[in-house]
Formats: sequence, C-alpha cells, structure tokens
Amino acid sequence: MSIEVENLTYIYNPGSPFETKALEDVNVEIKSGEFVGLIGHTGSGKSTLVQHLNGLIKPTSGKIVVNGIDITDKTVKLSDIRRKVGLVFQYPEHQLFEETVYKDIAFGPQNLGLTETEIDERVREAMELVKLPFDELKDRSPFELSGGQKRRVAIAGVFAMKPEVLVLDEPTSGLDPRTRDEVLEEIKTLHDRYKNTVILVSHSMEDVAKLVERIIVMHNGKIIFQGTPRDVFKEVETLESIGLGVPQISYLIRALREKGINLKDDIFTVEEAKKEILKWIRSRKNV
Amino acid sequence: MFKDITIGQYYPTGSYVHELDPRTKILVTFALIAGLFIINTFVPYTYIVAFILGVVFISRIPLNFVLKGLKPLRVIIIFTFLINIFAGQGEAIWRIGPLSVTGEGIYKALFMAIRLILLVVGTSLLTLTTSPISLTDGIERLLNPLRKIGVPAHELAMMMTIALRFIPTLLEETDKIMKAQMARGADFESGNIISRAKGLVPLLVPLFISAFRRADELAMAMEARCYRGGEGRTKMKELKMDGRDTMALVTTALLLVVLIVHRTMV
Ligand SMILES: Nc1ncnc2c1ncn2[C@@H]1O[C@H](COP(=O)(O)OP(=O)(O)OP(=O)(O)O)[C@@H](O)[C@H]1O
Ligand SMILES: [Mg+2]
Repeated sequence: MSIEVENLTYIYNPGSPFETKALEDVNVEIKSGEFVGLIGHTGSGKSTLVQHLNGLIKPTSGKIVVNGIDITDKTVKLSDIRRKVGLVFQYPEHQLFEETVYKDIAFGPQNLGLTETEIDERVREAMELVKLPFDELKDRSPFELSGGQKRRVAIAGVFAMKPEVLVLDEPTSGLDPRTRDEVLEEIKTLHDRYKNTVILVSHSMEDVAKLVERIIVMHNGKIIFQGTPRDVFKEVETLESIGLGVPQISYLIRALREKGINLKDDIFTVEEAKKEILKWIRSRKNV
Repeated sequence: MFKDITIGQYYPTGSYVHELDPRTKILVTFALIAGLFIINTFVPYTYIVAFILGVVFISRIPLNFVLKGLKPLRVIIIFTFLINIFAGQGEAIWRIGPLSVTGEGIYKALFMAIRLILLVVGTSLLTLTTSPISLTDGIERLLNPLRKIGVPAHELAMMMTIALRFIPTLLEETDKIMKAQMARGADFESGNIISRAKGLVPLLVPLFISAFRRADELAMAMEARCYRGGEGRTKMKELKMDGRDTMALVTTALLLVVLIVHRTMV
C-alpha cells in the first residue's frame, strides 16, 4: 500500500490567537512495503503529519492519497482507511481501558468485525510478536503491568489489526534502553514477516539508523530532506543546526578519520563500525 | 470538535478591558446579569446591546469570535424559543396540531431568546478578557469578607483555579484518546443511543484514569512545595483598583440606573 502526500498544509486553531502552522506544503511519497523513518526535533510536526495518514486530522489544504484513493474526499469512508493504516500513538499505554489484556488487544480486531476464532488467533499472534507470555498475562488487568509491558500491550492492540501500513509515533520514548531495543526489534520482525509498510517516527538517530531503509527529516513543519540513512547522515552540519545530529558512532568514526585513520565516512551503526575498525587493525598488522 | 467552545477561554489582546481589575469585571458582569433580569420590554435591550458592543470594541476581540461562543448553545436557545412561542395565552395566529402560536408567545419567545443570547455573550466576555488566574484571584478577594461566616474563600478559589487550569488539558486529552481509539476502529458517531453510550467506555476509562493520575501528581507537587492552604499566604501580585476601574464601575452603575428607571416608568 502506497501513500502520497501532496502539498499538505495544516494549521491548528485557525483564526484564533493560538493559530499555529504545524505543516507547510509537505510533499512525500511512501512506497508499498517500505520501512521509513520520520525524524525531526520536538514540535517539527511529525505527529501532526502521521495523524493525517489515516484521516484523523483533515488537512487545511492539500491531498493525501492512499493506494490511489484521495482520503480527503468526503465520500471516502474513513473507517475503511483506518483498518488499512494502523497508528500507534505517542504514549499509547494511555489508551488502555479494558479489564484484561486479552480484551484490550481484541478491541481493534473486534471493531473490524472478525469472528471469535479469528480474534483469538490475532491476539495470540500479536502477543507473541511483542513477546508477552499469553497464558500468564491474558487475564491480568493492563493497569497492573509495568510501563514497558503496558506499552507492549498497546502496541499489540494495533498489531492485531494487521494494518497494511503501520505508523508508530515514537514507540520507544520513555522506555529503558533494553526494552527500547526489544520493541524496535519486534517492529522489525513484524515488517519482515508481513512485508507491510512501516513508518517509524522518532527523534533518536540510533533507532532509525539500524532499522529503516529511508529517512525523512522534518523541521518547522517542512520536509527538509530525505534519503537513505547513508545519504542523510552525511549532512552532519544541517542535522546539527536543526537540533538532531547523527548517531554517536558516526562522531567516533569522524574523530578517527580526523586522526588520519582510513575508514569509510558513511558508518552509522555500531556493528558496522566494529567490522570496519577490525578490518583496519588487521590491515595494519599485515604491514 | 471542541473548537467551538469559547466559554471559559481567554483571548489576550492587552486592551483596556483586559487590564481592569478582575473584581471590577466580575461586578460589572453581575450587574449586567441583574440588568437583563430587571428589564421587561425590548427597548432597554438596545442599551445593553450597545454596552456589550462597546466593551467588545474596546477589548479588541473580534466580534465574530465572541459570537462563536453561542454556537454550542444554539440548541438550548432554539429550544427556549420554541417552548416560549407555544406557551403564550390569547388568540392563536397559527395552529400546528394541538399547539398554537399567539402574539404573546412570539413576543415572549423573542424576549427570552435575546435574554439568553445576551447572558451568554455578556458572561463570556468576562472570561475572554480575564485570565483564569486573575479571575479566581478576584473571586477570592470578593469572597474574603465571607470568611468570617465560614466560607472557605481561598480553598474555593484554589479549586476553581485548578479546575479552570485543567479544562484545556482534559479537552486535549479527550481529543487524543478519542483519536487513538478511532485509530483502533472505535466509532463515536453512529449507532443508537445505547451503542453510543457503550462506545464511550474506551474514551471515559482512560480519561478518568489520567484525570486521577494528574490530580494525584498535582497534590504531590503542591505538597512538595509546602502548600498548606490560604492561611498566611501572601500574593505576588496584589490586586489594585485605580481610576479606570472606577470609570468602568460608574458607567455600569449608570446603565443599571437607566434600566431600573425604565422599568419603573413603563
Ligand atoms: N492539539 C494542538 N493544538 C494546537 N497546536 C498543536 C496541537 N498539537 C500540536 N500543535 C503544534 O503543532 C506543532 C507540531 O506539533 P507536533 O505534535 O506535530 O510535533 P512533533 O514533531 O510530533 O513533536 P514531538 O517530538 O514533541 O512529539 C507544534 O508547534 C505544536 O505546538
Ligand atoms: Mg509527536
């Protein structure tokens, strides 16, 4: 499922003293099956943009075309769009409401009108994906769980709807490093398993560097550039000027290069850096 | 969906009206409400309308923004109008089934509808021109004399401040949770009353939980900063009335006198 955003502008509270232009003439295209990262500083308009993608916000002007259908058209049934484009909100654990974990995760599939057996299957699968033990947790109240577990339940609630496009708005904010890595890994597993389109909103370069195929950078309601992590992370100065920077490991590589050590200039994951540095050490031994 | 609610909203422009002492504005508003109930004919409405328009003009708030506050109340206003139009005595002008519209009915219906509209507009001007903090400050000071008879003026004012402070937060939260549940396929708009009421559960439960959590956190934060109620508490900004307040109060008093005189003469 592809998404095209054309000349999208959005203004909060138009005509009042609190008017804010959150998005300005945004143009972006996301292809079917792509895994993209949307990054930007606080207030750059990321959340506003992603809420347009399933029609939760109506644009002030511009178009959003999902799979060839312009969803800003009044005749389009938004419920159809919403079952195809799943959105995990920032701090999704605040939306939990059911008595049990099972029922909460089943809420989405139920609204899709699935049968009991299908729902059961989906809940099991979603819990397995986010690594929540089904038998142990299914009858627990979601409010008794730890913060990380709550987050997983909330994410599972959207996974269970099996959206063709999955949008996650800062799914790892406020989590400890280990849970963060696990959650990201789970998202990656889902993407690999179903080949669905995933849009990951984040302001952590580390997070997106490891996972995504393409990065879209937002600043002050505009998309300032996009490309593969390799291309984007070359723009260190621009990224720093908008308060973002590049992954920590890239700084190390840069410092090493300045010392005259011959390494590639487009390394941005720890694994890759390890490989390259080892290669360099070995090449020196041989001399 | 909450965009239309302007009641209780503050619209800062820094005008003369905004800078008045909140006590002045509260008193003026009460005088205006009293005025609306004193009059019994249409003519004095023109004075009140002129007064309100004057205030709107001086406050530099766009008139259509003020009138937007009527939108969420249109049902009530129309309802009042309809009840009154059928409740009049005397000779019927029209008949619709068992209901009849009389001259008196039309007169009363218009009268009540205008009263309601002016009531809403007049009181919303108070909140539009006064920040919630200074509003409750004013209320606290006005209630202060009643402390002697056991009215907890400070506590009431503090409760109001907090309530007003959290209205936008709760609206925002409602909006967010609603969107989150809509993204999971929840439907808040269609169906009959029962299914709609059921549909509210996914909204209300998280909303209550977050409201309680916020209340808890706030209480904790206040205690951590040694809040102990109003006893011996001093203010950073003491309220002071000056010549401008006197002018506003005198103008209002004049309006009230004119209205009373009008009533006794007719
Ligand atoms: N409900 C709202 N009402 C008014 N203004 C809003 C609202 N939500 C966001 N804004 C404004 O719109 C702009 C973009 O906000 P948005 O939430 O899209 O940013 P973001 O990139 O998601 O930031 P963050 O990283 O903090 O989540 C900000 O200036 C913000 O103040
Ligand atoms: Mg955001």
